[in-house]
Amino acid sequence: MAVAADDAAYNDDGGETMQYLLMIYGEEGGWEKMTPEEQQRGAAAYMAYTEALAASGVLKGSNRLRPSSTATTVRAKDGKTQVLDGPYADSKEQLGGYYLIDVPDLDAALSWAGRCPAVGHGLVEVRAVWSM
Amino acid sequence: MVTGEESDALAQSTADAVARRSYGKLIAFLAARTHDVAAAEDALSEAFASALTDWPRNGCPENPEAWLLTVARRKFIDALRRTQNVDPDVDVLTLGAIPDEAASDDIPDRRLALLFACAHPAIEVAIRAPLMLQTILGLDAKAIASAFLMSPAAMGKRLVRAKEKIRQAGIPFRVPERAELPERLDAVLEAIYAAFAEGWSDAAGTDAARRDLTAEALFLAGLVAELLPNEPEALGLTALMLHSEARRRARRSRDGDYVPLAQQNRELWDWNMIDQAEGLLRRASSMGTIGRYQLEAAIQSAHVDRCRTGRPNWSEVLHLYDALIAITGSPVVAVNRALAVAETGGPQAGLEAMPDAADDPRLAAYQPYWAARAELLARAGAAAEARHSLEIAIGLAGDPAVRRFLEQRRALLAV
Repeated sequence: MAVAADDAAYNDDGGETMQYLLMIYGEEGGWEKMTPEEQQRGAAAYMAYTEALAASGVLKGSNRLRPSSTATTVRAKDGKTQVLDGPYADSKEQLGGYYLIDVPDLDAALSWAGRCPAVGHGLVEVRAVWSM
Repeated sequence: MVTGEESDALAQSTADAVARRSYGKLIAFLAARTHDVAAAEDALSEAFASALTDWPRNGCPENPEAWLLTVARRKFIDALRRTQNVDPDVDVLTLGAIPDEAASDDIPDRRLALLFACAHPAIEVAIRAPLMLQTILGLDAKAIASAFLMSPAAMGKRLVRAKEKIRQAGIPFRVPERAELPERLDAVLEAIYAAFAEGWSDAAGTDAARRDLTAEALFLAGLVAELLPNEPEALGLTALMLHSEARRRARRSRDGDYVPLAQQNRELWDWNMIDQAEGLLRRASSMGTIGRYQLEAAIQSAHVDRCRTGRPNWSEVLHLYDALIAITGSPVVAVNRALAVAETGGPQAGLEAMPDAADDPRLAAYQPYWAARAELLARAGAAAEARHSLEIAIGLAGDPAVRRFLEQRRALLAV
């Protein structure tokens, strides 16, 4: 097959990598509505996913966030700091956690995002990170 | 003695020829590592400008492609140095990514990888075809905008955004792995077909920008078929487009009226193109994986064969439509299939096979659906209903030639 033969020439990405933030959005009430067995299965799925990322050497960081009901938003207006109770966007789906990964390109990032358990109950936004 | 004007003209025509043949190759090569398509375009356009001042003076270089690459590469690196707050490593990387002229006699062809980047799932569907036309063929935003009935400013903005996405999001320049190839290739072919359809919708060929688009789309399809010779759908799409293009001159009468397939003057068909299409289709079918484009090309091929031999082959056509529906589930295909059903089983059977616009709002606004319904209703003797469907078809017709044709049908019904 010609493609296979030419892969080496085309896939010349030089070994540089990029960091991507996989942001997990989901409905927050979802977790409480689950049975203890479902919660256990869910937690195990995330654990396995995190381990797979770590074992592949791409994981740079990961955390789960506390509920958005505990969020506080800060901005400055006319030089005066305003502190507001609640998240920035009052939408049904909220940022609940993230993975920071180091991979060659968007395809690799999307492929990891697709395996994240979050895609079953919410969604994953993939954003490239500026390298400083 | 070559005059200044002559050498200017020679430089221009050499540059044009290289642009046509090598533009996408040079862009793909320059942008492969950095993913910066816009910077590659700027560098290459500067290189072309240099060529037009240098070549008349010093004569056209023996290898114009390599000459352009050398200059473009230098401009590209200069621009990177100017615009980016680069760490010292970047220069080394860039130089490594873009080898110098010593190696450029044989510039690797990464156009296929560039096409896959343009049709990446992370790129908005509607901008994929314009992006390919710009990056592979060097069409400017203005020409593309006019072909896609969009303002040049809006088209320019969306192209810039798409290129920014390729660069910033790290969309790879790569031919996908075997497992993903069918789906990803489908996106490339779909974008090429969209470009072709834009050119095709100007049936009268009065708008040069759109007419050219069918030729550009054919070039892209041929390129994919050449670079992926074992992908039957790439061959199928090329065959399908060649079949359509071959009948272009016969689609309108001398007065600009719409001419249905059965009444077309076959001497106006381009038989050379048809032979080419048939050859590609045979090669594709020998690979043993059927697909949407091969089936559509096979339907075209069957129509041509029927017109050529006078032998009715509607059951064969119906068979192909059945397979096509199974793959696409498209209501448009269902409409065409119903017409084939009518040819084998009579107008009533055709009407029963016709999908219902009430179930699909897309059909309700699809002119050929109402025209096809009207045709079958008229044949079944339901003149009043046929007339009603024709009215709707006329109201939906965007092409004046098609509208005139439908109005003539309506006049016949009244008698």
